[in-house]
Amino acid sequence: MKTRRGRIMPGFGLSMGVTLSYLTLIVLIPIAALLWKAGDAGWPALWEGISSPRAVGTYRLTIGTALAATAFNAVGGFLLAWVLARYQFPGRRLLDAVVDLPFALPTAVAGIALSAIFAPTGWAGALLEPAGLKVAYAPAGIAVAMAFTSIPFVIRSLQPVLEDLESEVEEAAFTLGASGAAVFARVVFPAVLPAFLSGCALAFSRALGEYGAIIFIAGNIPGETEVTTLLTYIRLEEFDYPGAAGLAVAMLAMSFVTLFVVNALQLWRLRREGRR
Amino acid sequence: MSRARVTRNRAGDSAVVRIALIGTALVLAVLLFGAPLAMVFSRAFALGARVYAEKIGDPFTLHAIWLTVLTSLVVLPINTGFGLAAAWAITRHDFPGKRLLTTLIELPVSISPIVAGVAYLFLYGALGLFGPLLGELGWRIMFTVPAIFLVSLFVTSPYVARELITVMQSQGSDEDQAAISLGAGGFATFMRVTLPNIRWALFHGVVLCNARVMGEFGAVSVVSGKIRGVTETLPLHIEVLFNDYNATGAFAAASILALLALVTLVLKTISEWRLSRDG
Repeated sequence: MKTRRGRIMPGFGLSMGVTLSYLTLIVLIPIAALLWKAGDAGWPALWEGISSPRAVGTYRLTIGTALAATAFNAVGGFLLAWVLARYQFPGRRLLDAVVDLPFALPTAVAGIALSAIFAPTGWAGALLEPAGLKVAYAPAGIAVAMAFTSIPFVIRSLQPVLEDLESEVEEAAFTLGASGAAVFARVVFPAVLPAFLSGCALAFSRALGEYGAIIFIAGNIPGETEVTTLLTYIRLEEFDYPGAAGLAVAMLAMSFVTLFVVNALQLWRLRREGRR
Repeated sequence: MSRARVTRNRAGDSAVVRIALIGTALVLAVLLFGAPLAMVFSRAFALGARVYAEKIGDPFTLHAIWLTVLTSLVVLPINTGFGLAAAWAITRHDFPGKRLLTTLIELPVSISPIVAGVAYLFLYGALGLFGPLLGELGWRIMFTVPAIFLVSLFVTSPYVARELITVMQSQGSDEDQAAISLGAGGFATFMRVTLPNIRWALFHGVVLCNARVMGEFGAVSVVSGKIRGVTETLPLHIEVLFNDYNATGAFAAASILALLALVTLVLKTISEWRLSRDG
């Protein structure tokens, strides 16, 4: 039956041919060129690019701020997804549309807007700076920019799973005398955990690679507020191609790791759903 | 007593919890999403509508708008064609390596735009893989408008495809198969059965793809060379104005893209509503 179905639908050769040639031309060859150029530079030059103190400083800052942003998004994203999936209230539809704003708003626009908000004279900056909280031109600003651009990943991964949860198990737990908090912690949360984690992993990955939103608010001081994407860009402008190649390969490796984690989480979820 | 039981049968159903959570979520949304939008428009119009119109009417700004629209006009049809082909191959046929192909299609989403830019520079740049060959032919791609098209194709290639794959997978191929077995040709089936079924998913994907094309910053900033009035797209132009201490100009240009974002959200909501209603 399966093979017959494969034969009955036409257009396999054409659609597959178009797909594979396009992917090769637009995606695979450029990535191969990156790896080729990195190999061409030779391991010592590449390693110098990857492991220079300035590069390591950017990894520390980028990973640290991305973790902070993801922690914020884990809480804020869970809250927004929960409210959207569980409750009916006036403005729910508007909220549902608006949480995708970071996907629709170009990163450069987000970057200058956030930088204006958190500048010492801005709406938030004027309140925070006298209290000793420096956001713009500080690592906190980088985390804010990352959090803004990546929060929809958490919301959109969680929301459908929360909506699909069947109420019987929760009802049964209540009937058996469990408290609301216990039902959440021991019934709801474990059920949505894989989707929640894969949303967080996607958001973290997006935060690591973010550039446009960050450069306007970061201040971009080497060793203090310089992220990896920015240093890569600077290396290109200095025509230090081995240096740029090293950083790009390091970021590509991080992308592959997150991709692997997300795929593993999805498999976990599928297996769980299959068992249910 | 028994009534309280009936109303409170799921976690977070109690009135206090519900109101507290909804309230916090709304405050968070206003701060996180409302404030940046409000800031863009308030700064764009800070010096009045006349100054705003002047800033938008600046020849470099107008050129940047045109280049951004042109890029979208080039990229959208190509990535829509790719999306249709990929979705047809993946959801209507069985073949080994399907999972790998799906992962490859989604790959550009996980790659930083800066890395994408570097990859294209290493491919088409003077010292790149194809650089010497292009040089002999007298062609230049890097730091020209076609470089912007190419890198935008890379960054946004998954958008239509993954949208269609999700929807066509869940719809299944029964209707297409029925048409084929009744004697319709492949092309007629695609045009008259498949396409009407997926039109809202297609629209949804194209809207998202367009937003990403018009807003792309990192990748374009690597390959474009940022030549004023030549290879400067609207997002790049915003950066230049902002760094020139022309904040009003930068926010005026940004207000166009913010408007685009709002239109995107409206179209996206409409298509999602249609999708959930008639699939």
